[in-house]
Amino acid sequence: MLKANEIEALVQGRSLWSDARRRFMRNKAALVSLCLLAFTALACVVGPWLLPHAFDSADWDAMSAAPSWKNAHFWGTDDAGRDLLVRCLVGGRVSLTVGLLATLASVSLGIVWGATAGFIGGKVDSLMMRIVDMMYAIPYLLIAILLVTILGREFYLVVLTITVFSWMDMARVVRGQTLSLRSMEYVEAARAMGVSTTRIIFRHIVPNLLGVVVIYTTVTVPGVILTESVLSFLGLGIQEPMTSWGVLIQDGAKAMEVTPWILLFPAGLLSVTLYCFNFIGDGLRDALDPKER
Amino acid sequence: MALLEVTNLSVQFDTPDGAVTAVNGLSFELDRGQTVGIVGESGSGKSQTVLAMMGLLASNGRARGSALFDGQDLLSLSPKALNVIRGNRVAMIFQDPMTSLNPYLTVERQMTEVLELHKGITRAQARVRAVQALDAVKIPEAARRLGMYPHEFSGGMRQRVMIAMALLCEPDVLIADEPTTALDVTVQAQIIALLRELQREHGTAIVMITHDLGVVAGLCDKVMVLYGGRVMEQGSAESIFYQPTHPYTVGLLGALPRIGQDGSTLLAIPGAPPNMAHLPPGCPFSQRCRWAEPRCVSQRPALTALPEQTGVLRACHLSPRQIVPPVEAGPA
Amino acid sequence: MNARTPLLSVRDLQVHFELASDSPWPWAPTRVLKAVDGLSFDIFPGETLGIVGESGCGKSTLARAVLNLIPATAGSIVWQGQEMRGASSSTWHALRKSVQMIFQDPLASLDPRMTIGQIIAEPLHTHLPQLPQAEVMQKVRAMMQKVGLTEQQINRYPHEFSGGQCQRIGIARALVLEPKLVICDEPVSALDVSIQAQIINLLMELQAQMGLALVFIAHDLAVVRHISQRVMVMYLGRSMELAGKQAIYQSPRHPYTQALLSAIPTPDPRRERHKAQQLLQGELPSPIDPPSGCIFRTRCPIAIAACAEHRPELRALTTETEVACDVV
Repeated sequence: MLKANEIEALVQGRSLWSDARRRFMRNKAALVSLCLLAFTALACVVGPWLLPHAFDSADWDAMSAAPSWKNAHFWGTDDAGRDLLVRCLVGGRVSLTVGLLATLASVSLGIVWGATAGFIGGKVDSLMMRIVDMMYAIPYLLIAILLVTILGREFYLVVLTITVFSWMDMARVVRGQTLSLRSMEYVEAARAMGVSTTRIIFRHIVPNLLGVVVIYTTVTVPGVILTESVLSFLGLGIQEPMTSWGVLIQDGAKAMEVTPWILLFPAGLLSVTLYCFNFIGDGLRDALDPKER
Repeated sequence: MALLEVTNLSVQFDTPDGAVTAVNGLSFELDRGQTVGIVGESGSGKSQTVLAMMGLLASNGRARGSALFDGQDLLSLSPKALNVIRGNRVAMIFQDPMTSLNPYLTVERQMTEVLELHKGITRAQARVRAVQALDAVKIPEAARRLGMYPHEFSGGMRQRVMIAMALLCEPDVLIADEPTTALDVTVQAQIIALLRELQREHGTAIVMITHDLGVVAGLCDKVMVLYGGRVMEQGSAESIFYQPTHPYTVGLLGALPRIGQDGSTLLAIPGAPPNMAHLPPGCPFSQRCRWAEPRCVSQRPALTALPEQTGVLRACHLSPRQIVPPVEAGPA
Repeated sequence: MNARTPLLSVRDLQVHFELASDSPWPWAPTRVLKAVDGLSFDIFPGETLGIVGESGCGKSTLARAVLNLIPATAGSIVWQGQEMRGASSSTWHALRKSVQMIFQDPLASLDPRMTIGQIIAEPLHTHLPQLPQAEVMQKVRAMMQKVGLTEQQINRYPHEFSGGQCQRIGIARALVLEPKLVICDEPVSALDVSIQAQIINLLMELQAQMGLALVFIAHDLAVVRHISQRVMVMYLGRSMELAGKQAIYQSPRHPYTQALLSAIPTPDPRRERHKAQQLLQGELPSPIDPPSGCIFRTRCPIAIAACAEHRPELRALTTETEVACDVV
């Protein structure tokens, strides 16, 4: 038997998570994207405090001014003289927050829905999945317009609307994964051992679901941010004076022939962020792919 | 000149962990009507040998050495020249009958395709030959079954279809890569009997790859035992089975439960199959060999002929007299 | 046989699956897949019963039905005098403490996200939750030593081990509760020959040490015969022959057993070239629509007309052999 001090000499196993982390680190595109995203998020949070201009104050000397160093409008100003860089960062706060919250909500709903359907199976599974199919069939934009028109344009309502139309992918994926996990031999071994159903779900199924969940979360976030941008572009998103990337893009689109930077900067920021999420998602998928083991 | 002459065949793969040598220095000869068995466990490199000969290696694999078929080196032929030989004069049957047949094509289409390509006959003529081939492998109602899809056949029947396809062009050499591993033992017996009969009738040379020593005993004239990509012992079936001289061969034969034995302890080889990326500089089997000496780990033994037994080559530093299986323990 | 009381008594066990019918009409008869169709056997303490059969014979289904992983449709399963079929889930839970299972695919039967220490400890946590953690780890380490694993590996993950070592972990997990019966579902089929011998030796050693009863299911008759005292031969859900190991080898009575034995390739070239092959004709019939009467008659070399009318039951031919055949 081992003595207490010898237990430290025990070999630490190489868990699958550490293997995946190693593989992820080898993926340069994913690493760069992660850094870029982290930097963007940091900039959105901290940036507006560090920059000299406020996001809603008009600079009468520089209306629709082009980007320049001299008056510290690094990204220029919009037609109301507001500094574009600060507005982009503040808008980023909103877009990213909405993205995060809506993703969290839809992912949670999707996991619970999918795992329940997958594990119970049978008629319950069929019923739950038919509901998912119905949700897919509903034209989300029309309903979003309806909801926003009726309920108003509060921040939390925008999050709610987006959630309602983003949880189905996760539900489907989680259900599929639960179904295949249910027939895994180690789940069968646990049943043969007499492990209770609850414990099987939490000890054996959920940890093995997390890989798929993480991947699909990084795929959901850009979708959610884009949905918010579309809603804002249509004038159904965040209300003034709050701004988001979608609102900024809409403003920019109106003035793009004369002052293109008002469109290009927020659109570029949005695009780069979405690209980053996609690369990270790809990197995670490769890292967590069981075939790579 | 032998029909198939393989000299110093080596196969290397480029992996992210470096170059891995799957097969190292394999040589054998095969004449018409002869069967050679290549025996080994997982990781021994036996499948890669024939895949290299057939030009079916993965893109990161490279083969060296030579594999002379009727004077032509298969390893250096262009894909076009190789295609003339593959399926026509050298045919191959694979392990898993489930996945080796195209599920979207009928059996008839898959068979006539081979004939149209290599023999240049019309589809109608090819169909007649295909029915004959299915009859030869004892598939009942061959004409009716010809129009069926692979999933409508059982595993054993699918393997027979594969054998029929392989023999359509009356090849000189048939390579069988673990053809019966996925099949039940009674079906396996039928397939082996079929192969023996077909060999008698057509004089086909067979290269049989398997991990099952029993299958080798029933079919093969010559045997090569591989471990870690290298030949451990090679010779006639009689020598290998009745007078094994290499520790690995002795271990393999002793590890098999025999119908004749009683419940005594089996002679187990300790350890686990080798990691091909990290082989010792000496004999690959040295880490599991109960007779291993320090020089076995550092110095690789060359494949040498035994003076006492003709035709047997073995790669071991110790002499055959020193390889004595331990006395078996009594019933547990 | 002798007058010992059996640990497990199975009588006329049936496991039938209902399949979706071919046609969409509601009055079309449902098709039934008879995976296990009337099996009876006993298992006595400390002995090994080998169950051998080819693919589709129902041996894996049988293993799962005995543990209620797949519910049995009919028949009786009596464990230490208590009828288990239809029993409550808490009764089954109590049975699982004494009856454990070892699976075919060594790596797949271990949760990839748990360390092997956690895997081997799981039965202890399930059935002895009041046991303090220190004692649990002590038992785990003792078991690891017994199966030939080193204690330093307790925090490693299954994918870091070879196939043979994974099977050792599976064995440790099955034996940590010191069960009375272990059902081994093809435990060595997925392993290399040299590793198979290690695992077979290990099982036999542990059986002797711990006084286990084993049900050893495999398709390789040589392996089964090596480890078992009695052997049952299954075909398409029914048992064809149940005999002691000597009898099964020296004088197999059922034509299917004889065909199986003659089909096994032995590493003996002279014997293989000259042996009288008893090749079975035909193909395995469908378990959905099995032949009437004796299920083996479509491939049997000695079948007579009467075989189609009456289904033969296992009857004792000698003290060592029971055969399900009306002709021998």
